[in-house]
Amino acid sequence: MTKQNPKQLLVSAINNGTVIDHITAGSALKIIRLLNLASHKNVVTVGLNLPSRAMKYKDLIKVEGREISPAEIDRVAILSPQASINIIKNYEVVKKFLVNLPAIIDYVVVCPNPKCITNNETMSSRFHVIKEKDGIKLKCHYCEKIFKQNDIKEYKNN
Amino acid sequence: MPEINLKGRDIISITDLDKAEILHVLKHTRALKLKQQPKLLDGLVMGSCFFEPSTRTRLSFETAMQRLGGRVVGFADPGVTSAKKGETLYDAMKIIGQYCDAIAMRHPIEGAARRASEATDKPILNGGDGANQHPTQTLLDLFSILETQKKLEGLNIALIGDLKYGRTTHSLAQALIHFNARLFFVAPDSLQMPDHICDELKAHGVKYTMHQKIEEVADKVDILYMTRIQGERFADPMEYERIKNVFVLTADMLTGAKSNMRVMHPLPRVNEITTDVDNTKHAYYFEQAENGLYVRQALLALVLGKLK
Repeated sequence: MTKQNPKQLLVSAINNGTVIDHITAGSALKIIRLLNLASHKNVVTVGLNLPSRAMKYKDLIKVEGREISPAEIDRVAILSPQASINIIKNYEVVKKFLVNLPAIIDYVVVCPNPKCITNNETMSSRFHVIKEKDGIKLKCHYCEKIFKQNDIKEYKNN
Repeated sequence: MPEINLKGRDIISITDLDKAEILHVLKHTRALKLKQQPKLLDGLVMGSCFFEPSTRTRLSFETAMQRLGGRVVGFADPGVTSAKKGETLYDAMKIIGQYCDAIAMRHPIEGAARRASEATDKPILNGGDGANQHPTQTLLDLFSILETQKKLEGLNIALIGDLKYGRTTHSLAQALIHFNARLFFVAPDSLQMPDHICDELKAHGVKYTMHQKIEEVADKVDILYMTRIQGERFADPMEYERIKNVFVLTADMLTGAKSNMRVMHPLPRVNEITTDVDNTKHAYYFEQAENGLYVRQALLALVLGKLK
């Protein structure tokens, strides 16, 4: 019986583009939507709940023909603060960087407080990121309520 | 130390002010209480924008402006404004900012004052945004504590009643972080101080304990800060019936109180302080409400740059 190579790629390699790896399991589809990654005709490969030594389970996105900038990926950092980004040219990794969680998150997070002004007027949300030992918390710039990451149920694209 | 200058500043949240700025406001409050300046804001106009009913806050803001020689325009009912036609708060406040030199506002939506401050360069004074902030109340509370205790540092202060939803007790607890207070939280379990405030207090080394009865703390503290428990906060009416009389302060509960102890309340009170307390030396809630006038005068004069 042949043993399966543990390093075997579960999704095929790409020629040129971006691989977002080590995404928190369950977040890949949200990231695709928020960054409009599927709005072109190029190939996008998604892996959900892939086995990961460090994270147990992870998601992964491969986008053919599009180089995602650090500024773009930082916008969605709250969904996956430990994601890594690989820029691929000619099947080679030419640049590798980690997501950088900004101190302020604009637009992306919908305030869970229905009485917050951001949910009652056409305007963008703004959250201050509070980094604590036991995880990340977000403080709404407007209603000043503080939320744990899993209190956030909705994200939006501008 | 950098010079304190509040000219042009918005007063949206008590956490926007540092300790030196709070003390600066209280110093000017004291000066105005001792000596009024009836011409100080001559020629200036305050917009009084109350999208939600208010008596004390609105009338004290308006009186504050007028007693300093300024004028007031505004509304006390959003039904008379174009908010009813669907105008955004942003647009409304941008326009009102073009007419006035400063704006005092109250709005039922949380974060409305912060949003308004983005619409206009004129200073916004938040008179309450939903359950969020009411910084002028906190400043008048601090002033009243200072006035009755002759100091703010190291006091024993009990906050009583609805500590979960009550914005005044949240803001006061946050402000007391600066003054090394020992806090006592007296509330039914279901209405105790929320975790995010407790976490903030812990992070700053503020000592606090939770209690079930006013009697447990009445003899220990310098300030008993009462608030109202509203029946509609309880899913189970039986639970409300059971606790509603536990959090009522009566004169005979004050027999062992320290002589400097004062009872405060943001008002309106319903039945949580019986009227026999009014005649004790401990009652201070009516003077506290009067101090709202001087605090708002000081803030108006400071943000309009007429006091330094």
